[in-house]
Amino acid sequence: MSATTTAEGAPGTEHHEESAKAREAFRAVTRDVAWVAEAPKPHKAWLGALGIALIMLGIGVVSIYHLVTTGIGVWGNSNTVGWAWDITNFVWWIGIGHAGTLISAVLFLTRQTWRVSINRAAEAMTIFAVMCALLFPLLHTGRPWFAWWMLPHPNDMGMWPQFRSPLMWDVFAVSTYGLTSILFWYMGLVPDLATFRDRFAAKGDKVRAIIYGLFALGWRGSARNWHRYERAYLILAGLATPLVFSVHSVVSFDFATSQLPGWHTTIFPPYFVAGAIFSGFAMVLTLMLPLRHLFNLQHLIKESHIEAMCKILLATGMMVGLAYGTELFIAWYSGNLYEKFAFANRALGPFWWSYWAMVSCNVLIPQFFWSKKIRTSPVIIFVLCIFVNIGMWFERFVIIATSLARSFLPSNWSYFTPTIWDVGLFIGTLGLFFTMFLLFFRYVPVIAIAEVKGAMPEAHAGGNKDKH
Amino acid sequence: MANAHDDHHDHAHDEPAVYPDGELYGVLAEFDTPGELIDAARKVRDAGYTEFDAYSPFPVHGIDEAMGIKRTILPLIVFGGGLTGLIGGVFLQWWMNAYNWPWNIAGKPAWSIPANVPIAFEATILFSVLTTFFGMWILNKLPQVWHPFFRSDRFAKVTDDAFVLGIEAKDRRFDHAATTKLLKDAGAIAIEDVHLEGDPRRKQMPKWITAFIVASTAFALIPFAIAAKARNSHSSEPHIHIFPDMDFQPKYKSDTAMDLFPDGRSNRGAIGGTVARGSLNADDVFYRGIERSESGGAWTTGFPKQLEINDALVKRGQNRYNIYCSACHGFDGRGSGAVPLRVAAGGGAWQARNLVEPGGASVMMPNGQLFNTISNGFNTMMGYANQIPHADRWAIVLYVRALQRSQNAALEDVPADHRGSLR
Repeated sequence: MSATTTAEGAPGTEHHEESAKAREAFRAVTRDVAWVAEAPKPHKAWLGALGIALIMLGIGVVSIYHLVTTGIGVWGNSNTVGWAWDITNFVWWIGIGHAGTLISAVLFLTRQTWRVSINRAAEAMTIFAVMCALLFPLLHTGRPWFAWWMLPHPNDMGMWPQFRSPLMWDVFAVSTYGLTSILFWYMGLVPDLATFRDRFAAKGDKVRAIIYGLFALGWRGSARNWHRYERAYLILAGLATPLVFSVHSVVSFDFATSQLPGWHTTIFPPYFVAGAIFSGFAMVLTLMLPLRHLFNLQHLIKESHIEAMCKILLATGMMVGLAYGTELFIAWYSGNLYEKFAFANRALGPFWWSYWAMVSCNVLIPQFFWSKKIRTSPVIIFVLCIFVNIGMWFERFVIIATSLARSFLPSNWSYFTPTIWDVGLFIGTLGLFFTMFLLFFRYVPVIAIAEVKGAMPEAHAGGNKDKH
Repeated sequence: MANAHDDHHDHAHDEPAVYPDGELYGVLAEFDTPGELIDAARKVRDAGYTEFDAYSPFPVHGIDEAMGIKRTILPLIVFGGGLTGLIGGVFLQWWMNAYNWPWNIAGKPAWSIPANVPIAFEATILFSVLTTFFGMWILNKLPQVWHPFFRSDRFAKVTDDAFVLGIEAKDRRFDHAATTKLLKDAGAIAIEDVHLEGDPRRKQMPKWITAFIVASTAFALIPFAIAAKARNSHSSEPHIHIFPDMDFQPKYKSDTAMDLFPDGRSNRGAIGGTVARGSLNADDVFYRGIERSESGGAWTTGFPKQLEINDALVKRGQNRYNIYCSACHGFDGRGSGAVPLRVAAGGGAWQARNLVEPGGASVMMPNGQLFNTISNGFNTMMGYANQIPHADRWAIVLYVRALQRSQNAALEDVPADHRGSLR
């Protein structure tokens, strides 16, 4: 009974060749993704990168220890510039995270099949970026152990959160976003974790088979399960799309609902969202280009995928540029003295260098992507993306620090200089991010195996339509 | 059929198959391509089977219709979840900020929808996401980490490249020979029986899993046990202070014990027989309202000689009176200030002393006694010595006298040249 019964697929026939090729193609996808986790010894470059990331993380731990045991006075923040690197970094990290959701949800809804090669890694990036982002407001509260006071819960202090504050909106938006990203990512992972479970079980690696098996929840690839799974995936994508736009809009409300010149503008929500996508795609490329090279994933993450991302960078970069231009125009057109001063001060005041760093990195640098030659040279793309990351960091710094340093009262004016603890914590979050990402790359299916297979032409092989 | 299956080889080597396999769970048939899986699924469905499923490495499109899978009700459940989130998000904010503890933030209304939109929106998304995620797994009856089909090596290939159709023996149409033939005719490249575990020992949950569950449950209960103990016992030890927050400072507060001084008190009072510089206050009339004489003391009826009785002093007294006294005694001195009115509004009855009642105590009091009352209080009235300087207290006395006159004035009190303007 268990002997192979040959029906139509007899060796030598055309059908057999087609199906054998299709099955080999599926196996190749599994193998190419799984070998990163199955390699007995990690790649030397991976180990080196992890070492550096862990050192950076260590710097962060020391910075946090010093900060928490002393107080946020160790930062360069002052009465005038009350938000500085902390909030700059918060917005920067949140923005980076948004590309992951955009790739996993928005490109899914718009049926961009090329997303399947990068969505897993981009979603992981989202989660780790949100983790880094959350650290900053948490530590900026000064007493992070009271952070739970921000969550509405009955307590013997008789205290409720103040829901009219955009900072409370932030708490809800960012935590919803973080949770949604984790659930969406994990749901996508389950079928691939089942693949890993079965591969490790077949190799006799019981421990890993059990660990992956627990997280795979007993996934069997049943059609009845796939049906609900796909429906749930579509719903989550539909929910994550408005969510991602709302999150960065809410982040921008932290500024826009205040009355400070330079913050009090209605352009902020779309401007922030475009900037977030811009910086996020730059970070996706920064991460994926070296790893793609290191782990031979060129045939999964194809050149055309990289090119598509470069085009998105070009488009969103110009949106950001348009926003800068609009801000300047409105400052002039409004005839508002304070508004005019705020923007003249940004470009020509004491922080002029940060403004021009922002403009050159975010508006001028992406213009290189008009050239197809550049869009197809990974090394140049990598370098340009680093510039974009730097530029987007400066954008947030310009908005936050220059506006606060020159508010309505000239007697309040001051200058912001970071201390080593500002720098240390920022390095620490970079370390946390890269540590998490490197661990993810080694131990979790880094490419959505099932989704890639489903998007292959072989997924429609065989059946009635080509029966002989 | 007992000899017709080979799904046991993963542990056949290290453990002799003493126990025969248990009863038949189902039949697995492997197909070459997704297309053939769809065709086979359609045939199996048309043959009337219901307890069957197709297994594939990725969602095979078109198989839902072939297998006759009904559209999932998940979207409806998610809609319910989202609606709950929306209503919950709105209610939460209304109840906390507008009902249970209304906050006055810059005079804005306690309840205004626009400010509450972002959180209501996020709550809607959050609840929808949670219902989608957990609803999907519950409808799929997962997690279920063990399944009889997992005993088949062929089935393990489903997550890689295999397309498998499984028919369970509990299907009422299941007949081993006929079902196998149906699958073979549908184009299966391999067919395999799957039996339940026959070895009674292996049917048990491994001991280490039980041990792990017991241990982790016990471990998880420790915090609750500590909390319960803390709530039901008394201790003279101070609370554990993880974050001191400057709660403990090396300083002494007034009226606390201190062993540095012989009297054991942290307070250092004045040394006996001394007066602090500038606090002698020897002038009894000015400082206490008492006129001293050989025979003793009496309340002064005049004003201290330091003060010049003029219009400016009356104005000063009016100003101080309106600040300190009018809340109870009223601006006109008749005892109906804001406080008595508020008591009346609350259903109570309390009047402050009427200061201007003709023949009343306040009118009859000498100036010195009025001054003393302001300084040290009377009945429920507290003393104002700490708030109002001596000179101002005298100014108030002067103003009260002015009130007593003006509130009981007769026509003759009005200067002759002003009488014509009265109506």
